[in-house]
Amino acid sequence: MRYSLFTLARQALSGHKGWRPAWRDAEPAEAYDIVIVGGGGHGLATAHYLSRNHGITRVAVVEKGWIGGGNAGRNTTIIRSNYGLPGNEAFYEWSMKLWEGLEQELNYNTMVSQRGIVNLYHSDAQRDAYARRGNAMILHGADAEMLDRDAVRRMAPFLDFDNARFPIMGGLLQSRAGTARHDAVVWGYARAASAHGVDIIQNCEVIGFLRDNSGAITGVETTRGPIRAGKVGLAVAGHSSRVAALADIRLPIESHALQAFVSEGLKPTIPGVITFGAGHFYVSQSDKGGLVFGGDIDGYNSYAQRGNLPVVEDVCEGGMALMPMIGRARILRSWGGIVDMTMDGSPIIDRAPVEGLYLNAGWCYGGFKATPASGWCFAHLLATGKPHETAAAFRLDRFASGYLIDEKGAGAQPNLH
Amino acid sequence: MRIPCPYCGERNSGEFVYRGDAAPMRPEGAEGLFDYVYLRENPAGPLREHWYHAQGCRNWIEVTRDTRNHVISGAILAREARR
Repeated sequence: MRYSLFTLARQALSGHKGWRPAWRDAEPAEAYDIVIVGGGGHGLATAHYLSRNHGITRVAVVEKGWIGGGNAGRNTTIIRSNYGLPGNEAFYEWSMKLWEGLEQELNYNTMVSQRGIVNLYHSDAQRDAYARRGNAMILHGADAEMLDRDAVRRMAPFLDFDNARFPIMGGLLQSRAGTARHDAVVWGYARAASAHGVDIIQNCEVIGFLRDNSGAITGVETTRGPIRAGKVGLAVAGHSSRVAALADIRLPIESHALQAFVSEGLKPTIPGVITFGAGHFYVSQSDKGGLVFGGDIDGYNSYAQRGNLPVVEDVCEGGMALMPMIGRARILRSWGGIVDMTMDGSPIIDRAPVEGLYLNAGWCYGGFKATPASGWCFAHLLATGKPHETAAAFRLDRFASGYLIDEKGAGAQPNLH
Repeated sequence: MRIPCPYCGERNSGEFVYRGDAAPMRPEGAEGLFDYVYLRENPAGPLREHWYHAQGCRNWIEVTRDTRNHVISGAILAREARR
């Protein structure tokens, strides 16, 4: 069923009793051309683009829980392409362009809202760094604009501009950035992939790999039995090390907990996404009115899917330093997701060192915004065997060869990105 | 989370600096340096890891912590762990 104003009106008149499930909850078949492990945004987007761009529809997405129940449901929904390094910016700008056409492509309301993101700067050195980053963005076809203090004040008069320690001097604005509805992204991709014949198999955890005599991967062993596959792609954010270990692969990744928070619903107050340049705090306002915000990872290896109190305190201190007006708002909920922190802070989309296995991993803080391009590029790699031009730098061997994509300049420290 | 420092006793984790998996050993030459710098076991379960008691006795300690639930099953001075 295509969604349209007409179908909505017809359903409204018949008491909304005619809606059917948006996608098929499939049973596993014996074999597929490609099996994607992980039914989050990246896995489902990969399945969608495999069928749409490459005509490969004998595809299964296997998910240990329910689709979108991992990091796709645990992020802060921000989309942006404000990166500085050549290996990153072309990829994230491609993702931004896909976001801009996503709703038409999927016929699904993913609530893409381009309200802009402003990264505040608090020193001359930081202004120079942002000017350079903005220029890099423009050279890659993205939009960027340096705002002075008055321009930021017009946009967000509630900020603490004259903070003694961190006065706000201006900001780097990307107007096309914004937010999208995370669940709708998952469901939209699932619906589009399912309509092309992709099997989405839930409650099906991968517990091993099938291998032939040469050691090549020929399928997956799951809690619902073996599934043979021509190729297997991993998109299991947060648990990449564990699944790769089943194929005897060690990755340059540590798993860490990243927390996010939402306040009680407030009237519209924050225009877009605002990030604090002197601490680590970022905030936007959801359509329901809650302030959605977050900051640093907890800082030690974790698979706990919840955070601890020191970071809650740190994030709230950052918020109070930036916008004291939020001091009276109460936190409604907080949650933690387990993220793959790579040693340079950038992702991996590449062949694994074992034949038949492909990796989509290491998204650190920034997996959600990458969802469309990640799926597009991973599908390209799986279908053609060659990396997509915008993701060619996300190689697994860059750590050995020295071609790191160290956006933050922090070195080999998974706990610093 | 509270960390049982062998020298100071149980203290708030905020007093410590985290340095990660204690298992990798720095090799003498270039051989194995890549593994040491970049590759990690990253287990979901007990992990031996280095913490530095920066705001206490300034000892490096080796803590065994379960990464699934942060339950700490032991802590010894790192120099003793190396013996």
